[in-house]
Amino acid sequence: MTLPLFFFYIFSAICIASALMVIASRNPVHSVLFLILAFVNAAGIFMLAGAEFLALILIVVYVGAVAVLFLFVVMMLDVDFAELGKGMLQYMPIAIVVGIIFGLELLMVAGSWFITPEVAGGSVLPIDAGVENTRALGQVIYTRYVYLFEAAGIVLLVAMIGAIVLTLRHKPGVRRQDIATQVGRRPKDAVEVVKVESGKGI
Amino acid sequence: MTELLSDYLPIVIFVGLSGVIGLALLVAPFIIAIKRPDPEKVSAYECGFDAFDDARMKFDVRFYLVAILFIIFDLEVAFLFPWAVAFRDVGWFGFWSMMIFLAVLTIGFVYEWRKGALEWD
Repeated sequence: MTLPLFFFYIFSAICIASALMVIASRNPVHSVLFLILAFVNAAGIFMLAGAEFLALILIVVYVGAVAVLFLFVVMMLDVDFAELGKGMLQYMPIAIVVGIIFGLELLMVAGSWFITPEVAGGSVLPIDAGVENTRALGQVIYTRYVYLFEAAGIVLLVAMIGAIVLTLRHKPGVRRQDIATQVGRRPKDAVEVVKVESGKGI
Repeated sequence: MTELLSDYLPIVIFVGLSGVIGLALLVAPFIIAIKRPDPEKVSAYECGFDAFDDARMKFDVRFYLVAILFIIFDLEVAFLFPWAVAFRDVGWFGFWSMMIFLAVLTIGFVYEWRKGALEWD
């Protein structure tokens, strides 16, 4: 057995095992940690496939940022897990429908790969052997797939605006720093000279 | 391909070695340390006290907002990397497609700034 094959089996075995643990572990925080393990191993598989850039982006974006966000959400939910387990059967039909749809999609992908490999591989771009991975990606993303690239930008914009609209609540009555007004304040606005007669107050 | 992977062999060795060291430090105390537990010794004392309640609590949704805005700009930078590497190959078309992408995200950035999402209160 060659070394890359050995690592492929290690990575995929850990990946599948940790993916199972994501849905099997009782504590959602542990689920998120197993999800991180699955991401890291998927990055290893990407690396074995030669997709260097994707592997490292997976580490940086998913492990570094998305998983942390998941942890945030899990911590923020503050759910009672005993309470949560009770409604399990109630949502079972929906879960089964979603599971069947996903299973069918996976079957279709795998089936098309087995029945007509030439169609399944038809959309794959050939890569020059002399060009490194990041550069090969850069050569097609910004020219050949420009519409998808701009669509990605618009998706990011929608995500940004959506997050702001949904979560941004300003507390009323908070006094913020406004440098221009602070610097532009003149003595006339702030100080008043009062002539006080002796023996009387103001 | 094999050449690419052999570049990563040092990282694999590093990860393996750190895993071995970490596990050794974790397991060794269980094996060699002297353990004579006693109710008074294992109970919380002096500065320690038993936990009052669960550590999981509701916290401010603004942390989430900061995190998601960070992820969006993280992804923007991730798109900049291959662009910079392939800059000579993509020509003016690639240059302007990236400028449009940046302009779209700058709209979001200006919106975010004007709404005060970058400020805490």
